[in-house]
Amino acid sequence: MSDIPKIRLRNVHKAFGPKTVLNGLDLDVMPGESVVIIGGSGTGKSVTLKCTLGLMEPDSGTIEVDGENVVGLSSRERERVNHKFSMLFQGGALFDSLPVWENVAFGPIADKTITRKQGKELAIEKLAQVGMPAEVADLYPSELSGGMQKRVGLARAIAGDPEIIFFDEPTTGLDPIMADVINDLIVKVTRELGSTGLSITHDMASARKIADRIAMLYQGKIIWQGPADSIDHCDNPYVQQFINGRADGPIEMAVRK
Amino acid sequence: MNFLQPIGHYVLKFFGSVGRLVLFTLTALSHCIRPPFYPRAILRQMIEIGYFSLPVVGLTTVFAGMVLALQSYTGFSRFSAEGAIANVVVLSITRELGPVLAGLMVTGRIGASMAAELGTMRVTEQVDALTTLSTNPFKYLVVPRILAGITMLPILVLIGDIIGVLGGYLVAVYQLGFNASNYIQSTWEFMENMDVVSGLVKAAVFGFIITLMGCYHGYTSKGGAQGVGKATTDAVVSASILILCFNYLLTMMFFDK
Repeated sequence: MSDIPKIRLRNVHKAFGPKTVLNGLDLDVMPGESVVIIGGSGTGKSVTLKCTLGLMEPDSGTIEVDGENVVGLSSRERERVNHKFSMLFQGGALFDSLPVWENVAFGPIADKTITRKQGKELAIEKLAQVGMPAEVADLYPSELSGGMQKRVGLARAIAGDPEIIFFDEPTTGLDPIMADVINDLIVKVTRELGSTGLSITHDMASARKIADRIAMLYQGKIIWQGPADSIDHCDNPYVQQFINGRADGPIEMAVRK
Repeated sequence: MNFLQPIGHYVLKFFGSVGRLVLFTLTALSHCIRPPFYPRAILRQMIEIGYFSLPVVGLTTVFAGMVLALQSYTGFSRFSAEGAIANVVVLSITRELGPVLAGLMVTGRIGASMAAELGTMRVTEQVDALTTLSTNPFKYLVVPRILAGITMLPILVLIGDIIGVLGGYLVAVYQLGFNASNYIQSTWEFMENMDVVSGLVKAAVFGFIITLMGCYHGYTSKGGAQGVGKATTDAVVSASILILCFNYLLTMMFFDK
């Protein structure tokens, strides 16, 4: 394992008008590691991912990918960096005008590394990796259930053999069994690809399953991080309140103000 | 001085949105001339805008031509100038009614659906998903629509012109008892190239306005179903007003002596 972190965020700030969302966030993700950011709604988890992906620009701070600062890159440079990334979106974000196979093979076809015909074969192969039959390839996303859409989204995320995969609340909106299926698949496919993973979730069962390391985000900062199996023994009151899901504690929900 | 505050607020908001629209337009135009291009997406939009709008445009212009013949007959017969009907019909259709009516009908059909489609893609994160699949959403979504609008509207209007003049001919010959060959001959004699060309240039401008407004409002929509609804309304209203406004400006440019 090399010493340069795959992703390195330093002192990242982001505000929307008067509302500060990220307030000096620091985080390292080492190559091959799976880091899960936990935290309540509105603590800046999604903003962290979007800043790293370049969908938003942070107000200040640096974000390094393989040691290269990616803040303020031109759109062409950004495209080159984004080749290393892929993302599983919360709602799947499948293109509903395209059949499943074109969704899965979209990235490689857009890059012109393969033809459309090869794309369909690739899609069927990737669908098999997430446990879906080849017949699904010709369906449209709207014909699939939520869990199937998530799995197609996962197949799309791994189709370009990315170095880094982002997971945005991969289990939200799924029943517990399907959630566990998705968790298993995430662990399996990232291990097979050897990719680095960065996930955000508030589902502790999912975090425990897919994380090597867990980081807790609160008020725009990482307030605790450590190996996934140490989270139950940590004495941070914020983390304890979150993982036990208690309404009482140091974290005050906006509703009680 | 409190009354100045809302005024300032609206002025700033107005210039803010004008600035955003100009930036969006310039970005879109710059992507129109830089590869990669997506011929499949362009073709798909051309079929959607050109082919599937034919019935709407054809019906609109045929009735416009028919009613023109009927109305101008009522007017002109009062001072025995019935011979000018062919002239009025062909001038009005090619210069004004063809492009304006086709533009407004296509606004309702295409502008609205573009805003709704792109708006839904925006709020379901499909636009962000494109970026993570190293595809520029401007190039993939906006450019094909604008190029298709600019090229297909003149073709639609040319067909609409022919159908509209035919509508006038039908009413003049079969209802008002004109001699068929005389009518066709006077239509031919009165029509100048400039009449048709100016109408087609207008159509290209309208095609740009319709698709730009549909893309802009859809692309920048936010806030779920309500946001998409608002984007659709804004796209149709702004495109319709701009079409009428530019129609006047272009007419002035072409025919002002």
